[in-house]
Amino acid sequence: MSEAKEFLNRLNLAEKDYSGAPSTMCQGCGHDAISASIRKAFYDSSIDPKQVIKLSGIGCSSKTPAYFLGKAFGINTVHGRMSAVATGAIVANHTLLPIGVSGDGDTSAIGLGNFCHMIRRNLNFTYIIENNGVYGLTKGQFSATADKGTALKKGKINQNEAIDLCELAITMGATFVARSFSGDRKQLAPLIQAALAHKGLAILDVLSPCVTFNNHEGSKKSLKNIRAHLDPIHDIDFMPGAELIEVDYKKGSETEVVLYDGSIVTLKKLHENYDPMNKMGAILELNQAKTDGKFLTGLIYFEPNRPTFTEQLDIRGTALAYLPEDKLRPSIKHLDAINKKLSM
Amino acid sequence: MSTINDVNICIATPNGSGSASANNILFKSIFKMGIPCSSKNMFPSNIQSMPTWYEIRASSAGFGSRKDVIDVMVTFNPETGASDVGKLRENGLLLYDTGACEESWLSRNDIQKIGFPATELSKQIPNAKIRSKLRNMIYVGVISSLFGISREVLIAVLRDTFGDKPEVIESNLMAIELGSKWVEENQVTQDICTLVTIEGGNKGKILSDGNTCSALGAIYGGVSVVAWYPITPSSSLAETMEKYLPELRMDEDKNPTYAVIQAEDEIAAAGIITGAGWAGARAMTATSGPGLSLMNEMIGLAYFTEIPSSYFIVQRGGPSTGLPTRTQQSDILSMYFASHGDTRHVILLPHDLQTCFEFSKLCLDLADQLQTPVFFASDLDLGMNIRPSEPLELKSPSLNRGKLIHEKDIEAQGNQFRRYFDLDGDGIPQRTIPGNQHPKAVYFCSGAGHNADAKRSEDPGDYKELLDRLLKKNHTARLLAPQPLVETSETSRIGMISFGSSVEAVREARHRMNQDGIKTSHLTLLALPLSPLVKDFIQKHEITLIVEQNRDGQVASIVRMDWPELAQKIDSVLVYDGLPVTAGSVHRLSMEKLGGKLL
Ligand SMILES: Cc1ncc(C[n+]2csc(CCOP(=O)(O)OP(=O)(O)O)c2C)c(N)n1
Ligand code: SF4
Ligand SMILES: [Mg+2]
Repeated sequence: MSEAKEFLNRLNLAEKDYSGAPSTMCQGCGHDAISASIRKAFYDSSIDPKQVIKLSGIGCSSKTPAYFLGKAFGINTVHGRMSAVATGAIVANHTLLPIGVSGDGDTSAIGLGNFCHMIRRNLNFTYIIENNGVYGLTKGQFSATADKGTALKKGKINQNEAIDLCELAITMGATFVARSFSGDRKQLAPLIQAALAHKGLAILDVLSPCVTFNNHEGSKKSLKNIRAHLDPIHDIDFMPGAELIEVDYKKGSETEVVLYDGSIVTLKKLHENYDPMNKMGAILELNQAKTDGKFLTGLIYFEPNRPTFTEQLDIRGTALAYLPEDKLRPSIKHLDAINKKLSM
Repeated sequence: MSTINDVNICIATPNGSGSASANNILFKSIFKMGIPCSSKNMFPSNIQSMPTWYEIRASSAGFGSRKDVIDVMVTFNPETGASDVGKLRENGLLLYDTGACEESWLSRNDIQKIGFPATELSKQIPNAKIRSKLRNMIYVGVISSLFGISREVLIAVLRDTFGDKPEVIESNLMAIELGSKWVEENQVTQDICTLVTIEGGNKGKILSDGNTCSALGAIYGGVSVVAWYPITPSSSLAETMEKYLPELRMDEDKNPTYAVIQAEDEIAAAGIITGAGWAGARAMTATSGPGLSLMNEMIGLAYFTEIPSSYFIVQRGGPSTGLPTRTQQSDILSMYFASHGDTRHVILLPHDLQTCFEFSKLCLDLADQLQTPVFFASDLDLGMNIRPSEPLELKSPSLNRGKLIHEKDIEAQGNQFRRYFDLDGDGIPQRTIPGNQHPKAVYFCSGAGHNADAKRSEDPGDYKELLDRLLKKNHTARLLAPQPLVETSETSRIGMISFGSSVEAVREARHRMNQDGIKTSHLTLLALPLSPLVKDFIQKHEITLIVEQNRDGQVASIVRMDWPELAQKIDSVLVYDGLPVTAGSVHRLSMEKLGGKLL
């Protein structure tokens, strides 16, 4: 009995309470590792799955919400439109905790426009991109995040500039931008926890090798190449919080970021002078990393306290979706007055 | 042969010149006199300087469609003057500004002409800045004196319109008086028509446009999420919602019970309402044809996953830019079959202000009841042209949320819930929404093939079962949606079917046909899919003419598809030049069609 209890979180839920249907990804696919980190993050943060909604677009990556939190409502939308559907769902019910999974194709190509506008609105949403540089589900074509000079399995070289989704997100006004790697659960799980605790939009661009179509020699997003060029900016720890503590940004080697719900993210600096609250600095570092062929990972940019989209709309209290009828219907008296006004 | 209260006045001006306000005052004044009247604004897709025409029709018999004859032409647009004069009927009256007129306009000898020095008179307006705009009020003054609109009526309308801006009222009145005084001083008269006050006429009636009434209907229908992207002629629907919502839909803590989101495009607008509908909101968008095209993929997802959502489509001349400020009913099939795969949708067809109001609420109700995208199909004529109506009446105030179930419902049915299972044979399953805490409430909503338990499935049997159930739901809608209004005459062998903004013109056309001794029955179509009553109606008549404002007879094609055996019994009357349909064109085309068949 007492042994079993060790594996329960603050809600008395076990890790298996955060599982979903069996995965249908290829053996070794990075996306599965990300699903595992998502499960762990929700478990570690003791989040009730019934309070969560899961969203996705279309792609291998977008299938994965079926593989975690089976007790949460979820919706698979159409290719590239998770950001729009999430906007509607979150406005309809701002009291739930939304998490979305998209692919690099889903986000950076077909869905890029809607993605940018969702960022501008600072939707309160955790948006994970499982970035493998290719369209997995349609069998390995380049996506718009394919690195310049990278090769497809059959040898075709990508000549175009890659879209760096972290850089774009920062430019568009995202308030939480992180990059990680599917194989680095120690970094990824706390980053997801932090993203979930963040009030506002959190973008997580997670490198996630496609072992079937983009894991060969010459591919810059192969497991081997990613591992060889990871450049974490800090070690990260997450402590879910209950009470709100003063915000405190320590100088020196450790930065503590206190999130809206009182959770604390501790960043142990690996890069001298890296300040995740410095927008221009973050963009410069991302660019430098690209030039050096490195993958900068960690909490790249963070801005607390910007009003979220539903706050901008003055939506508080009961969710719009749960408003009782009498709140949704104006009185007949008002209609009489309108008729009178229109009748001159 | 002067008439009483029967006249069609066409006012030609460049758009953006301030004429809209003048025309509005003139029209409202005639309405205020109690005279049955209607107006049509034929404007260009442009902000300033392109030709625009505003027609005001007074009709003692109470016909409200656009009249095919112009009795009075006001030419205030040099660019179109010559051709405008040509549109005037024989013995019609031309009103023009002697200071802005060309020789060629005056060449017709079969018309009456009154030239007045509007430009010259406008110099008396002290404020030079507003002089050119107020020049339009001078023709209002001329017309009011010539036709018998009193100063009191004009003042009352100015007060209604400009309310608390006495200086605006005063300057407008001054310009009006420049015109009316000129008529009196020069003792000018006309013998076209006299406008005579009808005591109690228009009493209690409202003046409004379809988009305003749709906006109000949706607000009274409990809409909670609106997402839209600007496009004529639907913008004013969403903008009117933004105007009324803060006044009508704040809770006691002054928090809104709604959200209006101006999306980045129509794809996003459709995505937003789909997400909102899935999460349990009453969600709608408003757009026209081009936006509908962009929304297609999302509509398919909502159809297949059974997410309530409402699409308000205000049709215009297409395709793409087409004639963005002109009217058509040419997106019926785009709505009916919107998206890819096997889809078929429910469309509501309002035809006056009351149905615009009523069906907007109904659209939200039916979307919830049927758990599917539902279309509200209006058009530019109905949506944007001002017309009189009885006051808006809220016939069924309560909201219908269909088979949306909550925790206690699931408990009550033995802790059972199957998202896509047809419990009672109408094709409509039960639905839960996120936030429901019952352990059995959760399901994964996916556009991928799925079975009755919402589990992913590529099983051919599951897929066919789903498609068949969705069709069954559509059949349920045949009776759930508003049933057609049928007006039969036992002796008539001819049936006519019309919908939307054609209905009023068809009413008048039938009146004319009746005068010629041709009796017809009429069916006002209020929704698609077709009600069985439509079949009965067609069967009862030797021939049924379906009047539509599109080139290919889109509703007729649906009739033929539903009941191929009736194909020989129907024919189409099609008007599709982009202008509001006239009784004359319906009359003429109907006679042409009937000519070879019955007469
Ligand atoms: C409108 C539309 N166009 C194309 C497709 C085909 N399609 C399905 S998934 C996909 C790409 C997915 O790539 P990505 O988002 O990177 O996901 P991954 O499979 O790599 O995880 C494409 C093009 C589609 N489903 N819908
Ligand atoms: S194709 Fe690639 S992305 Fe898709 S499941 Fe297989 S490994 Fe993963
Ligand atoms: Mg991909």
